[in-house]
Amino acid sequence: MEAGGSHVLMKFTIEVGRYNPEGTYADDAKQGAPYPAPWASSPPRRYQSYEVDLPEHAVVLDALIEIREYQDESVAVRCACRSAICGSCAMWVNGHAHLACKSKLQEFTKDGKTRVESPPSMPVIRDLVWDMKPFWDNHRRVTPWLENKPLPPPMQEYRVTNEAMEELIQEVTCISCGCCLMDCESFAVNKDFMGPHALAKAYRYAADPRDDETQKRLGEYSQQGGVWDCTHCFECVQQCPKGVEPLEQILKLRRMAVNAGYTHNAGTRHADAFAESVKHSGRLNELTLLPKSVGFFNVLGQLATLPSAFNMIRAGKLPPIIHKTIPGVKRIKAIFDRVGGRFK
Amino acid sequence: MKVAFHPGCVSKGACPELYVSATKIAGTLGLELQELTEAPCTGAGVLSEQNPDLGDSLNALTLAMAESMGGNLMTICSTCQGVLSSVNHTFEKKPERLEKANKTIADQGYTYKGTTKVKHLLWMLFEDIGVDKLKSVIKRKLTGLKIAPFYGCYILRPSDSLGLKERPERKTYLEQLIELLGAERVDYTGSGKCCGFPMLTFNRDKSLAMGGNHILEAKEKGADAMVTPCPLCHLNLDGQQPDAALAISRPLETPIFHLPQLLGLALGFSPEELRLNHHVVSTKRALEKVELKV
Repeated sequence: MEAGGSHVLMKFTIEVGRYNPEGTYADDAKQGAPYPAPWASSPPRRYQSYEVDLPEHAVVLDALIEIREYQDESVAVRCACRSAICGSCAMWVNGHAHLACKSKLQEFTKDGKTRVESPPSMPVIRDLVWDMKPFWDNHRRVTPWLENKPLPPPMQEYRVTNEAMEELIQEVTCISCGCCLMDCESFAVNKDFMGPHALAKAYRYAADPRDDETQKRLGEYSQQGGVWDCTHCFECVQQCPKGVEPLEQILKLRRMAVNAGYTHNAGTRHADAFAESVKHSGRLNELTLLPKSVGFFNVLGQLATLPSAFNMIRAGKLPPIIHKTIPGVKRIKAIFDRVGGRFK
Repeated sequence: MKVAFHPGCVSKGACPELYVSATKIAGTLGLELQELTEAPCTGAGVLSEQNPDLGDSLNALTLAMAESMGGNLMTICSTCQGVLSSVNHTFEKKPERLEKANKTIADQGYTYKGTTKVKHLLWMLFEDIGVDKLKSVIKRKLTGLKIAPFYGCYILRPSDSLGLKERPERKTYLEQLIELLGAERVDYTGSGKCCGFPMLTFNRDKSLAMGGNHILEAKEKGADAMVTPCPLCHLNLDGQQPDAALAISRPLETPIFHLPQLLGLALGFSPEELRLNHHVVSTKRALEKVELKV
């Protein structure tokens, strides 16, 4: 109990993932280093435990500041506002991206401890401070500013409707903390992927009526590394501390790109083949989905799928050659017609 | 217990062993499955992506069919679970979307009132059937078998539409089940991650690397096999495993069990009855650990 008796102090154990680029921790690799993902350039680290006494409502950042100020000044941690606004204290807490200033220790204590570390898919500078270079490099790839239409006449201004701006509000609340990118499953294996943060920002400008380069933008976002490289895993939606839901913005961009005519890609072919199959039989036709998605004239792509196809056939897992329709499929066709078809 | 049953396209297509094993074990578990033979594909998120009204309407139809039968709607596919839960959640938060979908399906003789509860078999085991019942029907303990759980995305995220905030234990059911069946659970970081399947046609190499990494991690942590409640994850982790091994240049050879197959073994069914001889990656070595042959 504190002097005033207003707060109950609790004992928390914090495991800090330590990394020093100068190689001070020579035995890092031997001391319980996490599983080194083959795709990651994650350097070896060691985990160091600290015990702190803090009020029951304390957050992870409180613990880290307590450790740095009173126990071990060598622990490197980045923070500023402490109010979930600046985003600088984003880190991995118990294996997922969180803002340390928003993560209540009580909620994150698991098996008596809370583990904090830099995300393994990002380069680490020291301890909990990770390099945001990949984040900002990808951010710049989407031209994160408005490309102006011709200037309005003197003494006038661009006017946009409330409805148009309300459509952008969700993305505008992004604080560029990087939580979505550090847990992005696609980015973890594909450094060319623009990432959820950048694509959410891309939507913010592509959908802004004051932007004059929407068509060009959509063309760029439809290339390799763009909207179709998202694996739809919802990690960015789950981890975003501000409710931006980057995946939702990526899906809106996909719709915009298809409507703008950027349909010569596997993503559009996949959606098209999927919808066609469901419309005609009520079910997914797995036998035709893959070749249609890859593209019939994409010989190399088709050849690449052959070994897996043979393995599946050998195991007796080939989808039925004659694709059966569900009873009452007319109902499904009627629904497709009523809602305006597969693309809207 | 009567349940409306939506098996999903994949269990009727490339993963018939899932359908066979699920229907085999249902009776033992006291489930009377009433299959929704006229229910369409959920769209796996792909249909709603280009036309949200389409996803809403098709899934409202399925939910209404289940509603008219009473009781829960049971899935055996994480992806179906995720999509149907998400649509249900949307209808709850945005009644105007439900109203619109109902207008679309009204001609077909259906109206969805919003009462259907969608539950994966995995959830039903703990929430409807119960641990006591499960313990009473186990005939063969899987002692000696080390199993790594693999949930797949759509049964874990987004957590609000899946009810994981109210029921956080749903994130641990696979681990609990593995232990309940007498097997040893293998903890690893990849259990809740993406198998890579949604990217398979867009970016094949990265998709294979994604799945391959998780298998490799589980294997290096000692897993004899992995178990998944999602047939799409199964397609990538089992069906593509030889290619995934090439993609990450590491041997894998780790069998991937469907949830009802693992459960079925403990309930006393033979590997053949559960079609464990229809996997790309042989289940033979794993089964030998529990003195079974396939």
